[in-house]
Amino acid sequence: MKYLEQYRDKNLVLKLVDEIHKTTTQPWTIMEMCGGQTHSIIRYGIDKLIPNKIRLVHGPGCPVCVTPKEMIDKALDIAAQEDVIFTSFGDMLRVPGTHEDLFSIKAQGGDVRIVYSPMDAVALAEKHPDREVVFFGVGFETTAPANAMAVVAAKEKGLTNFSVLISHVLVPPAIEAILKSDRNEVQGFLAAGHVCTIMGYEEYEPLSKKYKVPIVVTGFEPVDLLQGILMTVKQLEEGRFDVENQYARSVSRQGNDPAQHVLKDVFRVIPRKWRGIGEIPMSGWGLTEKYSKYDAELKFGVIDTTAEEPADCISGEILMGHKRPNECPAFGTSCTPESPFGATMVSAEGACAAYYKYHRLT
Amino acid sequence: MTQFDLNCPLPLDQNNHITMAHGGGGKIMNQLIQNLFQSQLSNPHLDTLHDGAVFEIGSVKMAFSTDSFVINPIFFPGGDIGSLAVHGTVNDVAMCGAMPKYLSLAIILEEGFPVSDLEKIVHSIKSASEKAGVEVVTGDTKVVDKGKGDGIYINTAGIGEVMSGVNIRPKNVKPGDAVVVSGDIGRHAIAIMAVREGLEFSTTIKSDSMAVNHQVNSIINNGVSPHCFRDCTRGGLASALVEISQSAQIHIEIEEEKIPVLKEVNGACEILGFDPIYLANEGRFISFVKEEDAKKVLEIIPDSVLIGKVISDMQAKVTMIQPYGPAKIVDMLSGEQLPRIC
Repeated sequence: MKYLEQYRDKNLVLKLVDEIHKTTTQPWTIMEMCGGQTHSIIRYGIDKLIPNKIRLVHGPGCPVCVTPKEMIDKALDIAAQEDVIFTSFGDMLRVPGTHEDLFSIKAQGGDVRIVYSPMDAVALAEKHPDREVVFFGVGFETTAPANAMAVVAAKEKGLTNFSVLISHVLVPPAIEAILKSDRNEVQGFLAAGHVCTIMGYEEYEPLSKKYKVPIVVTGFEPVDLLQGILMTVKQLEEGRFDVENQYARSVSRQGNDPAQHVLKDVFRVIPRKWRGIGEIPMSGWGLTEKYSKYDAELKFGVIDTTAEEPADCISGEILMGHKRPNECPAFGTSCTPESPFGATMVSAEGACAAYYKYHRLT
Repeated sequence: MTQFDLNCPLPLDQNNHITMAHGGGGKIMNQLIQNLFQSQLSNPHLDTLHDGAVFEIGSVKMAFSTDSFVINPIFFPGGDIGSLAVHGTVNDVAMCGAMPKYLSLAIILEEGFPVSDLEKIVHSIKSASEKAGVEVVTGDTKVVDKGKGDGIYINTAGIGEVMSGVNIRPKNVKPGDAVVVSGDIGRHAIAIMAVREGLEFSTTIKSDSMAVNHQVNSIINNGVSPHCFRDCTRGGLASALVEISQSAQIHIEIEEEKIPVLKEVNGACEILGFDPIYLANEGRFISFVKEEDAKKVLEIIPDSVLIGKVISDMQAKVTMIQPYGPAKIVDMLSGEQLPRIC
């Protein structure tokens, strides 16, 4: 497949592995930010190919995993209402709230539908003017432009029966929260290629400088990941801490201007709660005043819903890079994808689910 | 086990309501089958947990199976609910090493369903039956109120005579056996999803839906003595392999690079975040045969591919050799694969 097979090429992979082995002289801890990268690393066994001295820990970049439970509860409250068509990307449907998940709401008669684009939800709102159509807009900077566009489109079409339940989070404040933690061991980051496709990487430069950490914008295929690791290790070995771009075929320093323009119009930066981690200041997006009538939290009066986060599920430790999934006593025994304790075991991109799927028990 | 004191209200009780995962072909469906159906209705035939039951009436060894079809859309590239209803049951009977002969046909229609569509479906049933060499010999029709069904549901059951000298069951699979898949995988699931969800790809992906009984017949008639067949329907190639490994308590090893997948299907999987080995097929099956018979199977079914072998009977598991890195474990999914966010 064009632009994919080349990045899975065996010879290139082995060459990079060899070079990483030659470059590494001391132990390093590197975090990949994105759940898609975590999944690729485990699927292709990248962590087993690189030297033992390099410890890969898995960051909080799985949108399903970090969506706070109270947001799931809000979604459940809204989805259970009679006149509502609740739309979401597929992998949010299995994420447990306090008592149940969206699949259970569907099983009890709620009109919960999987869509492939927020614009599908806008089309549903046009088709069903007598129903309220709500889209569950979660994710990082990657998914935000499409969600913003859906809100803009709804406004342009004059739709009054469309709203979005927004739970957007941002990568740079999460990196800063990890670096500020007393227990931080992460010495270098693989930044998420798709997030940077939208946002560019200029905003990572002050972080890299302030905390003296290399940050390498990295793609998702085996060759990308190994190249990103090599670039990070080289910086660490040489005592440098720059922002570098491995994923240049998609990412520029400035990012995608038109997308950022829409984002600025539709969203404003607000504090956000991260599941398992807690509140991180100015770490997410909410709708601007201009678009507040598309805010499902206001429309359905669920803004004050709160939920207790489980105290003993260690997903927060995993998302902060303090622990790896198989270091949790419940992993694979009492916590499995069929009966997950936390969202990291539910989402296909969650670190626990990836370890479980590929039987990384030890 | 280390105690883990949970404040977390999870796990969710899966048993309060049936969810879509209970029919998804993964672990949750298997738990339902084992904990409810098998535990209540247990008998030696049912407990074999094969695609159909094999039993003797008088001196004749028969295979019997049933399947229900609730597919949406009812018409799709490469078939429709009618042809699928024939293929699904014919294939289940064929997987027992039998020549399917007679089918029953039960149709549940929703009030308001267009007669012209029903005519098309019945025509398709006729044509698929003729090709497979089976006859519909009994049937039933019911109509439910508008809103109480999804247009049309079909159930078929099939019966056939097990071919002489054939003894097919998961437990017969032995270390050294070759694992052959009968063609490229994943097309049915992607074809259906493309129509159902309005996904547009540059080329139309056609379902692989077909009756495989003639292929099975040729394998057996050409002197191959198969140890087991398994069709790769819901849950795909991966679930079929895991089921056999568990029933036979064997370790199956396959090679990822050998698994045949059309590039269009692979492309769709990349976009949706799916793994083709879990996608449903309706005309693909795995043969477990002695190593020396594998070549014959590959000649008989031109599109078939040798993807791996049974390497031991020490442990029930399926592993997949990757182009680089360690072999990985292939497990069943919990339920259906869900399209990811990004």
